Amino acid sequence: MVNQAMANQSPVKLGVENLSIHYGSEAALEGVSFDIREHEIFGIIGPANAGKTSFLKAINRMDMFNPDMKIGGNISFSGHDISKVRNVYGLRRRIGVVFPLPVGLPLSVYDNVALAPRLAGQKDKAELNVIVERCLTRAALWDEVKDRLDSLGSMLSGGQQQRLTIARALSQDPELLMLDEFSIAVDPVTTMRIEDVLKELKSEMTIILVTNLVQQARRLADRTAFFLEGKCLDVGITENLFTGEVSDQRTRDYVEGRFG
Amino acid sequence: MFQATQINRKNLGRQKLFRILLGGMTGLLVLPVILILGTLIYKGAPVVSFDFLFTNPTNGMTEGGIFPALLGTILLVIVALLASVPLGVAAAIYLSEYAPDNWFTRAINLAIINLAGVPSIVHALFGLGAFVIFFRFGTSILAASLTLAIMTLPVVIVATRESLQAVPMAFREACWNMGATRWQTIRRIVLPNAVTGILTGVILEVSRTAGETAPIMFTGAVFFLPFLPQGVFDQTMALSLHLFVVSTQVPEMPEAVPYGVALVLITLVLLMNSVSIALRMYLRGKKKW
Repeated sequence: MVNQAMANQSPVKLGVENLSIHYGSEAALEGVSFDIREHEIFGIIGPANAGKTSFLKAINRMDMFNPDMKIGGNISFSGHDISKVRNVYGLRRRIGVVFPLPVGLPLSVYDNVALAPRLAGQKDKAELNVIVERCLTRAALWDEVKDRLDSLGSMLSGGQQQRLTIARALSQDPELLMLDEFSIAVDPVTTMRIEDVLKELKSEMTIILVTNLVQQARRLADRTAFFLEGKCLDVGITENLFTGEVSDQRTRDYVEGRFG
Repeated sequence: MFQATQINRKNLGRQKLFRILLGGMTGLLVLPVILILGTLIYKGAPVVSFDFLFTNPTNGMTEGGIFPALLGTILLVIVALLASVPLGVAAAIYLSEYAPDNWFTRAINLAIINLAGVPSIVHALFGLGAFVIFFRFGTSILAASLTLAIMTLPVVIVATRESLQAVPMAFREACWNMGATRWQTIRRIVLPNAVTGILTGVILEVSRTAGETAPIMFTGAVFFLPFLPQGVFDQTMALSLHLFVVSTQVPEMPEAVPYGVALVLITLVLLMNSVSIALRMYLRGKKKW
């Protein structure tokens, strides 16, 4: 590993140790180990089928809903082994997820954002109003939708829907925000707006940014991991990856665009 | 530049041919419906009156009305729905949202499909054995309705399961990722978006329940009763059985009466359906993706 000493020394938010993920007999990820620290943006780059999405699913214990998915090794969240967490629902509420394609739930804009607090038992209307406005504002969407909170979330434009899902993730008040190739279905202007949002959110939470755009990782991530074919080939300070201080030649080839 | 080539002309010709062919087939489908309804209205409408609907039959059923049968059919349908809708919807939710995909689940699904293929007279004998004799309900509305419910369960289960599975998986995953339990996800996201499909199943069920004759013949419906049923443990008259009786069993029956009974039965089914169709249209107007 390159220059770990330069990384920030805030406490470890997510510890990953020898993580492996299998679907049936097929390995999606093997032997992954690194720490993600509080208040950093941790980028994960790599081509398709590298295991990036599976990695996020493992953190959120989605194996519970997929009997084929087997997780080996160890993931700790704030020091707790997540495979031993009794209340996985509580774990998931601390983790916000944004998917590649915006999943506007078939609810109004308001209800989309209010859903997570309601699931957690919040019934107070005034309190919900405050949460909805705060989350939409932080997702840079409030000004565009404040007059039509009752219209369907799926009626918004693609870029607005993606910001809506970010607002929804924020409504969980997450300690960790995971974004899975969020810019795939979003125009460049919206992408830049969301990137600005992420830079601000960093002061309040830890962010894992899975991206297929290496330049996006370079712009945003403090440290970046490179996944390829189910292995983590490199982890390091983002800038080092781009200046060639890598431990695997393939990392350099990938960030320089020789394959993708 | 835009002149039709030979291939264009051939394609256009075929397009016309198939349009006419497919349209003609659809017309053939509609024809029997129009003929049936037309005949019923033409021959049956003259006897249908307020008195026909709301008085008891008299003079060996050749005169008077059909009120006990009308009321009996409504009761049978309502009690059958009360039994089969909760049971069927619950089973469908379990099969679609909870059950693991293994041989046992597949066997249950197969059994449900087979249940739909069982002839109604077999259901009748099952109802007689199970509800009338074993559970000691006697020949009663309850026994007849439960028999009808068992018979129509597959309709409700299959319709509900299909409409649950039509709700995109991404919605469930988004919800689970927020820390929702399976039940919270079903309650808040899946069910509200499946309700139109479930109602379709209920509509189909109402039509079948109201029209069936065999399953209620041995279990609770009778040819003639001089009084109205006082509760679910009483026997009742029913329109479908009444139609059978006045068509085949009573000598010197005026020709218009069976047509009138059939017209009332069809109108009743349409009325019951239109309530759920209206509800479905209202909900579909709010469809969200």
